[in-house]
Amino acid sequence: MDHNLTFPLKDEDVLALHLGDEVLLSGYLLTARDAAHKWLLETFIENSHPPSPEDQNIRNTIAPFLDHGAIYHCGPIISGEIAPNGSINHIKFISAGPTTSIREEIYTDRLIKHFHVSAIIGKGGMGANTLATCQQVPAVYLHAIGGAGTLIAQTVQRVQAVYKPEFGIPEAIWIIEVKAFPAIVTMDAHGRSLHTRVAEQSREALEKYLPLK
Amino acid sequence: MGVFSSRIPCRPNFLLPHHNLSCYTDEMSENLSPHLLTLIRLTSTDLPPDVETALQVASKNEIPGTPAHAALRTILHNVDLARRNGTPLCQDTGTPTFYVAYPEDYSPHALRDEIRQAIAAATRQALLRPNAVHPVSGENTGNNLGGEFFPPIHFTEAQDDTLTIDLILKGGGCENVGTQYSLPDTTLQAARDLDGVRRVVLDAVWQAQGRGCAPGVLGVAIGGDRASGYQAAKQALLRQLNAPHPDPQIAELENEWLSQANQLGIGPMGFGGNTTLLGIKIAVLHRLPASYFVSIAYMCWAYRRRRLSLRRGLALFT
Repeated sequence: MDHNLTFPLKDEDVLALHLGDEVLLSGYLLTARDAAHKWLLETFIENSHPPSPEDQNIRNTIAPFLDHGAIYHCGPIISGEIAPNGSINHIKFISAGPTTSIREEIYTDRLIKHFHVSAIIGKGGMGANTLATCQQVPAVYLHAIGGAGTLIAQTVQRVQAVYKPEFGIPEAIWIIEVKAFPAIVTMDAHGRSLHTRVAEQSREALEKYLPLK
Repeated sequence: MGVFSSRIPCRPNFLLPHHNLSCYTDEMSENLSPHLLTLIRLTSTDLPPDVETALQVASKNEIPGTPAHAALRTILHNVDLARRNGTPLCQDTGTPTFYVAYPEDYSPHALRDEIRQAIAAATRQALLRPNAVHPVSGENTGNNLGGEFFPPIHFTEAQDDTLTIDLILKGGGCENVGTQYSLPDTTLQAARDLDGVRRVVLDAVWQAQGRGCAPGVLGVAIGGDRASGYQAAKQALLRQLNAPHPDPQIAELENEWLSQANQLGIGPMGFGGNTTLLGIKIAVLHRLPASYFVSIAYMCWAYRRRRLSLRRGLALFT
C-alpha cells in the first residue's frame, strides 16, 4: 500500500506503516550525519559541556522540526555558497541521496527519544537498539534509494536553513522542505525489520552453496 | 599535431543526452583541461550504457509491486534525470580514481597537475562533492584535493600515441563493504583453491547485504599481496559488463559465481529480490608461496566509469 506522509506525523500515521510500504514524503526534514549526531548528543543529551547561547538558539530552532519530524542521513551536493553573512538564499540541492545509516546506530535511540523523532530516513537499515526504540516511541525507518541523488534533490522545494556549516557541506545540518520524496518502510513500529528478514533468508540460501565439508 | 579537414570546436559544457560523444580539438596536452572536465562531468552525470542496460534487465526480472521493483524503477528514473539535467546521479561522488596511459612525449607530472586542477574546477561546478577529509583534524579541504593520495592517479606508459584516461567515481558506501580474505579461512572452510575463493566471494556478498547499494559489481583479485590485490580488484572494474575474462576458465568462474550470488535473494538495496549483483570481474595475480589473498572491491549500481582517449587532437569519450 502506498502512503503520502507529511511531517510532522501523528503517532497513528506511524503505526499504520508496515514493512514494504511505499511512501511519498512531504514537509520538513533535517539532515544529519556523523558530526551532527555526535554534536546533538553531546551538547543536548549527555550535557558533557554546557551548551553555549548559540547552541541553545540552534536547539530552540531545530527542536520543533524534530518533534514528530524526520532525520535524514544525507550529505548533499549543493550549488552556490553560504554568504559571509550566513545567507543561503542562492543555495540549491543538486544531488541528495541517502548515506549509510548504521554509522549512527550508537546515537539514534537516544536522539529519537529525546526529540520525539517519528522517522529516520537513510539507507542500509539500522540495528536492534533503533528497532526497539521505534517500537517504543513509535517511529519508523524509511529506506531511501541509495544513489538516487538527482531524483531526490528534485523533490527539495526549499533549503530553509543550515546549522554547523563548520562541519563541512556534507556534515552540516540542513533543514529542507521536500515534496513527494520516495522511500520504502524497512523497519516499522511493530518490531519488524526487512533487513533482519533478508539477512536470515539469504543466510539459509548461502548455506546451500557453502556446505560444510 | 592532428590534421583534420573539418574541425569542430570542443565544447566542454554541453549537456547532451547521448553517449560516446566525440569532439575535435587542435591542441593536445596544452589544452587538456576542457577534456578532463568533460570526462568528470560525463562520469558523474551519465551512467555508462552497459550498466544502464543491465539495470533495465534487472528491473524486468523483479515482480511489479515489490520493494525490489520499486527500487529499480527509482534507480532508472534517476539515471535518466541525471543525464538530462547534467547533475550528479549520486551525491557521493566518492574517490575520483584515475588510470592514465600516457604516450612517451607526455609528462606524468604535468598530467597530474592538470587532473588536480580539473578536479578542483569540477568541485566548484557542483559536479563533485567535496570529499577530502583530513583524518586527524576532521577538516574537509573543500576542493577534493588532499595530499599526494587524493585523488589517486595511476600512471602507465602507453604502447602507442593515444593518451587514455579512465575515471571511476566510487562512493563510500560500497567502498566500506570491500574486503580481503587470507586463505585458508577456517570459519568458511575455505581452502587455498578455487572452491575456497568461491566461498569467500559468496561470504563477501552476504556480508555486504544491500549496504554497498546493490545490485553491485564485484572486482575480485585472486592472489597478489595485500596492496596489489586491492589495486587489481579495483582495476578489474574498468572492464565492460559484457566483456568476459579472456581466459575461458576464469570467464566460466565469473558466470558461475555470479549465478550463485544472485541465488542468495538479497536483491536491489537489500530489499530481497532476484538481482544482487550485475557482474563479477576477476583478476589473477601471482602470489607468494606462503600467501593466498582474495581481495574484493564492491562497486555500487551507480557504476560511474568513463574513458577519455586522445590521439592526434581527436578526443573520444566512451
